[in-house]
Amino acid sequence: MTAVISPDTHHDDAHEAHDHHGPTGVLKWLTTTDHKIIGLSYTVTAVLMLVIGGFFAELIRVQLSAPYEHFLSFAQYNEVFTMHGSIMIYLFAGPMAFGALANIIVPIQIGAPDMAFPRLNALSYWLYLTGSITMLSGFFVSGGAANFGWVGYAPLSNAANSPGAGADLWIGALLLTGFSAIFTGVNICATVFYLRAPGMTLFRMPIFTWNLLVTSILILLAFPVLTAGLIMLYCDRHFGTHIFSVQGGGVPVLWQHIFWFWGHPEVYILALPFFGMVTEIIPVFSRKPVFGYKGMVFATLTIAALSLGVWAHHMFTTGVVLLPFFSIMSLLIAVPTGIKLFNWIGSMWRGQIWFSAAMLYAIGFVVTFLIGGLTGIYLASPPLDFFTHDTYFVVAHFHSVVMALVMGGIAGLYYWGPKITGYLLNETIGKIQFWFLFIGSQVFTLPLYILGLRGMPRRMAVYPNNPGWQHLNEIATIGAVLIGISTVLLVVNILVSWKKYPAGDNPWDGHTLEWFTTSPPPHHNFYRLPQIRSERPTWDYNHPEAPAIAHGTHEEK
Amino acid sequence: MKIEARILLVLGLFFALMGTVYWVWSGENAGGMMIIAGGLLGFLPGSYYWWWSRRMPVRPEDRDGDVTEGAGFVGAFPGTSIFPFTLGVGAFFAVLSLVFGFWLMVPGLGLIVWAAIGGVAESRRGGTQ
Repeated sequence: MTAVISPDTHHDDAHEAHDHHGPTGVLKWLTTTDHKIIGLSYTVTAVLMLVIGGFFAELIRVQLSAPYEHFLSFAQYNEVFTMHGSIMIYLFAGPMAFGALANIIVPIQIGAPDMAFPRLNALSYWLYLTGSITMLSGFFVSGGAANFGWVGYAPLSNAANSPGAGADLWIGALLLTGFSAIFTGVNICATVFYLRAPGMTLFRMPIFTWNLLVTSILILLAFPVLTAGLIMLYCDRHFGTHIFSVQGGGVPVLWQHIFWFWGHPEVYILALPFFGMVTEIIPVFSRKPVFGYKGMVFATLTIAALSLGVWAHHMFTTGVVLLPFFSIMSLLIAVPTGIKLFNWIGSMWRGQIWFSAAMLYAIGFVVTFLIGGLTGIYLASPPLDFFTHDTYFVVAHFHSVVMALVMGGIAGLYYWGPKITGYLLNETIGKIQFWFLFIGSQVFTLPLYILGLRGMPRRMAVYPNNPGWQHLNEIATIGAVLIGISTVLLVVNILVSWKKYPAGDNPWDGHTLEWFTTSPPPHHNFYRLPQIRSERPTWDYNHPEAPAIAHGTHEEK
Repeated sequence: MKIEARILLVLGLFFALMGTVYWVWSGENAGGMMIIAGGLLGFLPGSYYWWWSRRMPVRPEDRDGDVTEGAGFVGAFPGTSIFPFTLGVGAFFAVLSLVFGFWLMVPGLGLIVWAAIGGVAESRRGGTQ
């Protein structure tokens, strides 16, 4: 199939050449190289993983709200919290961010017919799917699934301490999904560098695409390190090497260095795409251009640059890391992140705000992320980290962050869902779902902060009846149930709204190129393109009466 | 193309500086090595783009290009292909062979070789229509 871009002809006929006749049904799904179908496959798989990971979260919360009822055995609890973390990080959050929405939206936002390497893109999905199957199949082997926590610390993860196939399946799954992520990173970089439409300069790209470009560079920096570490771990388990074992002259803490050298950039690999989604949504529903476009771009690049120098803030208590270096670098990340928060508020400032479901989720993201981000600054300080390390304070910190990311992701689903399917979701159910999710997230995380400060360690199935611990755990469980209800409401909304509310091409009066094409977009995305002279070409085209915005134009005004 | 090159080169320079400071200050080899390697990942593609940006005219997407300049042939994109799936399943078997026994490498490598040959042949034909 040869892709052809047509000039702006102002009429939609004469494009029969774009009609695509290929296989249908299962064969279409197996053989497709269309970025939109691959992106949809990613979305469906990732949401399934969210439901499975969320189910494990509810199991954990039930056990902790009544620790001596023996709802789960100790062995089951270890498997469940390991797989909850592994599924959510490796199989849901990452693929949802750079696999699902990036795949669908990035090529359309820059006016490209497809990703640069369509077959590599399909391979990424198949590696992700087979990796997910590999990890989950751990539950069906003798000895059960991996049970050493999602970080797989040595020497707990060696053959003597964690025998059995479950741990090896966990390693194999991460090898497959790691390569999937690397291929996606290569693909997005090449697409953004080589397939932009004429006039779409780098500094006219939508912020979402910018963030995905930076995310892809981070993927290429971080993921190969994890893959190398996993191969070393496998060699230690089966081939008699002693890279991470003291007995043979190895260094267990080396695993932590390698893991977190991937693991902390991974946090930004997860977060930056959702930052980008929110940055797209807030200006559209505030009826303004984004505040501080270049500031946003440089903040993203600065976060990426600093993220490679902060990994050992996860290792402060090992006693063998350079505390001042990692503390300073970690605190510095608060600066570009702060710029982003102020720019989101600046984008809403004096705007004509439309409180649609997508906008509510975006605002919920900003509030929840602020809580998670600020507590992260506490943890960057070694004296505070020594006190709270491995307690529920850390758990609460990153759950505030990831619940914010979930809100950002659902905002993206409400915002771009109509573009992908051609149909809007029900706004009323969306708003009810938002309040369940928003209140549930706070009711879930805030007691955990207090529990952490009172010294409750993480990853324990039972705990002594210290003052207030059980009550706080019960409150957190109520929050988790509210979050579960909101997930059910999302599924209900999709079923209720199924092909009910036609969206039209541009339901939100959007700014960027994806709102210029049809919903859903045709094969190879565009029948025609507008002239691109700012970072909001579709808005410029639809509002010729509006004064030109100085930024993004090359002419003097 | 110049801005793409500059982003990668500046990132590479930052990592090289940060890596040097960290390595000298901490004396810890794993992290120092990894940051310096990160710097190389900035320099290698960055200098390649820089080299090309000086030898080619400014592309329409790097200036106020007109949409008509992008008209015409963009590239050959395969419409459909079974080989990504074949390769993915081959890799799946190869990984399972690490867990359940080396014999699984036989179908795994078979599928991988089939996908490699098939994929290359498909590219020569210009892809399935």
